[in-house]
Order: sequence, then C-alpha cells, then structure tokens
Amino acid sequence: MDIIVCIKQVPDTTNIRIDPVTNTLVRDGVPSIINPFDVNAIEEALRIKEKHGGKVTVITMGPPQAETALRDCLAMGADDVILVSDRKFAGADTWATSYTLSQAIKKIGKFDIILAGKQAIDGDTAQVGPGIAEWLDLPQVTYIRKLETDGQKAIVERMMDDGYESIEVRLPALFTVLKGINEPRMLSLKGKMMAKKREITVWSADDIEAEEHKCGLKGSPTKVVRTFTPTPRGRGEIFQGEIIDQVKELVKRLQEMKIV
Amino acid sequence: MEIIIDAEKCTGCTICSKRCPFAIIKMENRLAVIGQGCTFCGVCVEACPFSAITIYKDQEKHVDLSAYKGIMVFGEVRDKKFANVALELISKAREIADQIKTHVITVILGEKINHLAKEALSYGSDKVILIDDPVVKDFRTDAYARVMVDIIRDQKPEIALIGATSIGRDLAARIAIQLHTGLTADCTGLDMDMERRILLQTRPAFGGNLMATIETPYHRPQMATVRPKVMKIGKRDESRKGEILNLKPGITEEKVRTKIREIIKQEQGEVNLEEAEIICTGGRGIHKPENFSLIRELAGLLGGAVGASRATVDAGWIDASHQVGQTGKTVAPKLYIACGVSGAIQHLAGMQTSDIIVAINKDADAPIFNVATYGIVGDLFDVVPALIKEIKKVKGLE
Repeated sequence: MDIIVCIKQVPDTTNIRIDPVTNTLVRDGVPSIINPFDVNAIEEALRIKEKHGGKVTVITMGPPQAETALRDCLAMGADDVILVSDRKFAGADTWATSYTLSQAIKKIGKFDIILAGKQAIDGDTAQVGPGIAEWLDLPQVTYIRKLETDGQKAIVERMMDDGYESIEVRLPALFTVLKGINEPRMLSLKGKMMAKKREITVWSADDIEAEEHKCGLKGSPTKVVRTFTPTPRGRGEIFQGEIIDQVKELVKRLQEMKIV
Repeated sequence: MEIIIDAEKCTGCTICSKRCPFAIIKMENRLAVIGQGCTFCGVCVEACPFSAITIYKDQEKHVDLSAYKGIMVFGEVRDKKFANVALELISKAREIADQIKTHVITVILGEKINHLAKEALSYGSDKVILIDDPVVKDFRTDAYARVMVDIIRDQKPEIALIGATSIGRDLAARIAIQLHTGLTADCTGLDMDMERRILLQTRPAFGGNLMATIETPYHRPQMATVRPKVMKIGKRDESRKGEILNLKPGITEEKVRTKIREIIKQEQGEVNLEEAEIICTGGRGIHKPENFSLIRELAGLLGGAVGASRATVDAGWIDASHQVGQTGKTVAPKLYIACGVSGAIQHLAGMQTSDIIVAINKDADAPIFNVATYGIVGDLFDVVPALIKEIKKVKGLE
C-alpha cells in the first residue's frame, strides 16, 4: 500500500514566550519540531506499511528550513520525503495550502491512503486535511483514533463530541489522526545517520504545475489584518487558613455566583 | 491593484517606512500602515526583510459581492435536538443581521427534525431551510457538504457560520474549498466593520498565546467556524414568524462514500466536555486510576463533566476522550475545577478561557494558580472530600 503523509514544521509552542515589554510573541530561538499530531500520522503510516508492505512518502509545504523536519521523518522510517517550497507559496492560508499540497500529491500520483495530524499546533485550524481531500475529490474521515485496513477499504474509529463512530470507507481516502491512535517510535541513531546523507527532493510551483493565482498570499481568500496577545488572566485569589475554612469560602463564592 | 501588509510577519522594523519614496508608510502599534497616495512602485516590497509586503492586482472580480445577502447558520443537530452552539450562532447572527440590516437563514439537516424549524425562528431566524431525509440522518462529510454547497450557491449568503465542533470543522473546510472562499477556524470573536460591511473574525492561535483578526475581503460567503460556548444564546420569542422551506437533498445514498457501522454515545454529562457548564478535572496529583471516582463524585454533584490532564490519559487511568488541553479538547465552561493539575502550558491552552477557574493543588508554585480565579493550596485528598461535603450541605443533601 502506498501512503502519503502530510506534515507541517511548527514552532514548539511549549517554548513560546511573550515579551513582557512589547507584549508580542517571541519566536527567536524557539526550536522547530514536527507538528506532534503529524508524528502520529507518520507512525500510523509506518505501521500500515509494516503490515501490508508498500511505501511511505512524507510531504510538507514550507521554507527551505523545513528540510530538517523531513530528515526526522526519514529517520523514523519514511521511504521518501518531498519538500514543496517556493517563494510563491509564502503567506498561504488553508485554501492555498491545501491547493498546493494537492498539486504535489497529484504529481506523486499513486496512493491508497493520505494521513495527516488532526490539526497543527501553531495555526490550530484543522482545515488543510479536509481541504486536500476536497481538491482531490477523496472521501475523508477526520479525528480518527483507530485504523484497520485490508488494502481495499478501511474501518476507522472517529471521535465525536459525544462519543465515537465506527466508519467504513473505500480507499483511496484521507484521514486525520488523533494523538491517541498510537505511540510514535523513538528516532534511532542509525536512522538519524542515514537520514543525514539523504538528498531531499524539492518541488517548486512550476514542478507541481501550480497556478500562481491560487498560491501563497495572493491565492488566499483570508487576510490576517491584526495580531495581538490576549490579556493574561492574572493570578486570582488564593484562600488562606484551615482547609475546611478555605472550602467554605470557596463554596460561598460559588453560591454567590449562583453556580452551586 | 492592492498592497497588503501581512500583520503576522511585520515586525515593525520601520525599514519600509524609511525607504518609501513617497513617505506614506506610517507605523501604528509596531505595524506598518500604507497611507494614501501609494503608486505601487514596489520599493517597500523589495526592502522588507520579512517578506511581509505584497502587491497584487485585484482578484479577478468573478464574485459580485453585492449579490450576496443575509447570514446563514448551520443548525447542528444532535439526537434530534439543536446542539447548543446552533442556538448560540442563530443568536449571534441575529445580532449582526440587525446591525447590517439583513436576514438570518438557518439550515437544518437530519431526519424527523421538522419541529426544530419553529425553535430556529424563535431564536431569531427569518428563514429556515429543512432537509429532512435519511441520507442526512447522521453526519457524513459527502452528504452534508453536497447539501450545504447547493444551498449556499442558491441562497448566496454574505456570511456563513458553523459551530467549531468535530462535525462543523470537518464540514466547513470542504465547503470553503468548493465555494472558493475564505474560512476562519474556531473563532472566539465576530464583529462587523460597518463601513466596509466586512466580518472581522478573531481567533486564537499558538495554543491561545496569540490572537489574530482575519477577514475575507473579496470572496463570499465570509465563512467562520465558531467555538462553542463563546457566543451567548439570546432571548427566545415564540411569537416570531418566518419562512420555512423544505428541500430535497441533491445527493443519493450511493454517492456517499463513508458508511457508519456503529455509533457509540458516551454517557451524557460524563464526556461531552465542549458543552458542559461545569468541568472537574483530575491531574497527575490523583495518583491512581481509582481516585478518579473522587473527581466523578464532585462532577456528578455539580452536574458537570469529568476532565483529565494529559498525564493521566497517557498513564492509561482514563479514556482519551476526557483529555483537556492542546492535544485534547478545548473547553470554556462556567466553572472549571482543576484537582491536582499542575497547569502545563498545553493544559492551560485548552481551558484558560473558562469563566471561573478553581485550582486545588498542594504545590503553591504550580502554574495553574496563575490562571486560577480561586485557589486552594492543599492536598486534593483533603480538599476535594471537604468540598463534596460542603456542597452537599448547602444543597441540603446532608
């Protein structure tokens, strides 16, 4: 089975700080990582391959630096990686990004399953996966926590807000995965060494025959007009005294607010 | 022609302002703003070290913006009832519609859902479109996307609002691609720019560390998914009248590529975190899976849901569907009680917009106290039982 995994290189949001003076996001020196949900997508792809044979190809759209994320994918065991990179792609929203990635997938050609993480931890949109499925006219199931396949169809478990569903879908199809679907493997030293030596394929807008007016900022229907840091909540009231008195005080407040 | 500054990339370095031959670039709040008289010479585009400035010709005006009128709401249904977010969005749509003098259309998909039409009218819809058919009985992307795209193409709303639920986010993303329009995910603020009649959509990014305001200037409808529990449900008025339209879906069962084999509903109140008014969460501090019974008891007493930190889920103490935080669910209940939760940034990202946060932790330096409305420093095994007892007492249960 041929599996394509779409990943995104993201800043490690755990390390993001707010500059107390300017009240803006400090991104300098913040390490870049593979979006955590996408790591689960790669792991799932590798497991399917180990069971059914085939090939795992990882693609990402991003600046040249995204190459480091792709090397980590190789170290995990991906067979092939492709960086889709061009100045024309800069400033893309989810509409333009899903168009660009779908063009790259068309160039790859053959596949049975496309996997992606449920959302990226920087943008948090969860829109690019379904967007790619729409461009390629594929069925999709989002937020899956289990996947079984016989090569012709897949049976997946999809999380809903009030439970879950078991869904059957004919392949090819696109799935976005939750953290809980698997436990990703660790990178081996041997894998890392091997990945270091590999040549990374880079595809430009021309390579994937992308129409310029559908790419990047120009091809994006949405525009970011302002960014700002939210006002911090601030530390509230920490009760003092004996536990029982603190509890009484708390319940009194909750009663006043008609919550209890 | 148009020149646009990407606010996300602009650092406020002032290089463009200095290089502009016409001296029309001003700095406002550390952001470059292009003033009147721009000739689109492109000097600033080249000068910007962060590629934050782009000039482009007006989008081919294949969209006649004035042809789009009204605000459409996707009325999400669960078990033949409206999801709360549907009523929140109808109420918000009514508010915006009154501001810009337009109408509200609510679309309801399902089977045997005719009774919901009146409810949609009573919360402020002017028109209700019902698709009552087995093919849309349960949510499936193919069927719902087809039907919604057909209705939007026919009705031409200028704004379309969908709940940012696991159904809504799946659906909206596909509709936006088909309709070639902008979609903003998981909005927590919606305002109108009255002068330009454009919807300003504000949403958190970077796990809530950054807010962005986004607009869709040249495409219609302006689409947004909206986070549940952010917009307030308005007053119900049973006397409100409106048009009810029954339509047939433009898709048949054979064209739907996914089949639902089984639907497993988790116990109500236990898990539906996104809609819960009160959430009691257990963290690493509860030590053992059995101790979740204490959290359950507290939640049960308050009529709330049970949440869990990532550590407890990873340890296998509780199902992942309970997880609150960046890799779990984002919640904003009226009351959030964190028991033995340290408050890692990923956890905070999932709950810091709750109205009231109560933190119970024996470590006075735990970061959870930084966002807590009320804090009790103490062992949760002392505090929580005392709390349960006290609540029982005031409720007259003891």
